Amino acid sequence: MAELIVYGIVLGSVISLGAIGITLVYGIVRMANFAHGEFMTAGAYIALLVVGVILPWLGVPDTTFGPLSFGWRMLIAFPVSMAAVAFMGIFFDRLLYKKLRLKNSNAVILAMSSLGVSFIIRMIILIITGPDYRFYRPGVMRPAIMLPLDIKIRPDQIFIVALVVVLVVLLHLFLQRTKMGKAMRATADNTELALVSGIDTEAIVMWTWGIGGGLAAAAGMLYGIDVQLHPGMGWNFLIPLFAAAILGGIGNMYGALVGGLVIGIAEQLSTAVLLPTYKLAVAFIIMILILFIKPEGIFGGSEK
Amino acid sequence: MEVGGIIAYLVSLVIMASIYGVFCLGLNIQWGYTGLFNIGIAGFFCIGAYTSAMITTSMPTGVLAQYVHQLFGLNMPFIFGLIGAAISCGLVAFLIGVPTLRLSEDYLAIATLGIAETFRLIFNNERWLANGPQGLMGLPQPLHSLVSGQKYDYIYLVIVLVVMVIIYFLIEKGIRSPWGRVLRAIREDELAASASGKDVFRFKMQSLIFGSMVMGVGGALYAHYTKAISPDVFTPLYGTFIIWVMLMAGGSGNNKGALLGAYVIWFIWIGSDFLMDMLPAAIQDKGPYLRFLIVGILLEIILIYRPQGILGEEKKVSKLYK
Repeated sequence: MAELIVYGIVLGSVISLGAIGITLVYGIVRMANFAHGEFMTAGAYIALLVVGVILPWLGVPDTTFGPLSFGWRMLIAFPVSMAAVAFMGIFFDRLLYKKLRLKNSNAVILAMSSLGVSFIIRMIILIITGPDYRFYRPGVMRPAIMLPLDIKIRPDQIFIVALVVVLVVLLHLFLQRTKMGKAMRATADNTELALVSGIDTEAIVMWTWGIGGGLAAAAGMLYGIDVQLHPGMGWNFLIPLFAAAILGGIGNMYGALVGGLVIGIAEQLSTAVLLPTYKLAVAFIIMILILFIKPEGIFGGSEK
Repeated sequence: MEVGGIIAYLVSLVIMASIYGVFCLGLNIQWGYTGLFNIGIAGFFCIGAYTSAMITTSMPTGVLAQYVHQLFGLNMPFIFGLIGAAISCGLVAFLIGVPTLRLSEDYLAIATLGIAETFRLIFNNERWLANGPQGLMGLPQPLHSLVSGQKYDYIYLVIVLVVMVIIYFLIEKGIRSPWGRVLRAIREDELAASASGKDVFRFKMQSLIFGSMVMGVGGALYAHYTKAISPDVFTPLYGTFIIWVMLMAGGSGNNKGALLGAYVIWFIWIGSDFLMDMLPAAIQDKGPYLRFLIVGILLEIILIYRPQGILGEEKKVSKLYK
């Protein structure tokens, strides 16, 4: 039980990173981004390209850090992949969503466009890598360490939670302390008011895609380190991501953080009685329950 | 290929395109006329197909019972399969509609997506329900005793077309009625519709249920055409995405457009299969992904440059003013 909760926190922290992006994009760009799962997949595979092809070619040694299963190569891949997916998010916004916004398209058309983007990204990954499962470092699993209460945990998993904490604190500081962060929160609260206050909403939209894309890439890489890589991995995260965002109140970053943890823990706890493949269904049922009981989420969201 | 072979091939093509046409008609009620965003068509496809399969087959007996499990097998005629598929899909649509239809459109989208994925998981993992990943095989085909073998496709073509035309006229009748006008009013301006005293939630619910029932019939038609179904058929790509592209290409809010889109996109889809055969052998296995990539790009182009589709929405005027 205690062990499942700890694994739930590991999974939940990955979900949180993705859900924060979903909720920021929903709150600020005003669209449901169905390609967010594929941003995670893209992040994971770009890191695989960096770790497996580019850095070996550059001659970066394949070392590992102490008990962790990765070393310098992965550490370099992290910012590279986050930046790449951040730009990917901005790219698709310029290429498609901005055009649709300028035409005053319905929010649903934007969501449908993102659904198209999700399939486009997935197909490109499938064309390049094929449908197989992949690992950043094939071979033996690192031994787990024992914590009190009979909890077995791998050092990688501790790293995952620690990195998510760092990223969330950085995002918190950005949103609370910087001018751009404050402008983003203002836009999420009230777009019209932000516009008349002279806030450049297009710049904010770009920042939102950048942050959402970067966090999604990080989530994808962390999941890749913890479990494995698969072209459909991000798609399978889509329901948990939305469940977490809705649970925390859509548009509310801190809500998404808590929502992600709740969904992650619930998914892992369910494996005690259900097949692990039903994790996704568990996230879905929680989401439906929330929609029944309190559709604005436990912490309330930004007003639509 | 000699002439007979080509004709047989064309017949199978038209059957599949018409089955997709039924899905497009169902989606058109929801999206085209009411503005409901259902991205879990694959779920209704799956439920309709399995319901009809279990209604029309008999429970496996003897040795077979050790290898094939299913929840029930009623051994009833085809028409009851269609009706059962429609009813079960309508029921599921109702259950999804209750928590989501009062909220903004995106919630319905996420919930339908979740239902589609959840049902695929259930059918895949629960062997007692419908034989798990192996699925159900040897589904009966109506009027099969009349003709044998390959020629049977002609009969099934007629059956599919008759069902499709009946659904088409049912929807046209509904859409031209005051009921249809309320749906379109909701799509255009929900607030105004509710200010005029219309119970928006109820109309949306009726549209969601009606459309999903049509999709259930589509699933049943598919199941009895291929005679074998398994959970991996009902993926978001084949079961949802391609149907959306068909409707958007043909013209949402126009039943003729919905059917036209189904035929055009299905013919392009099959045609591109031949093109893929011309790819170098080394990248042949990438063919299916390449085709979906092209369909995805096509959807983006339609959304930006021709959101009204080929035909665009048809003006619906009451007979009085014609």
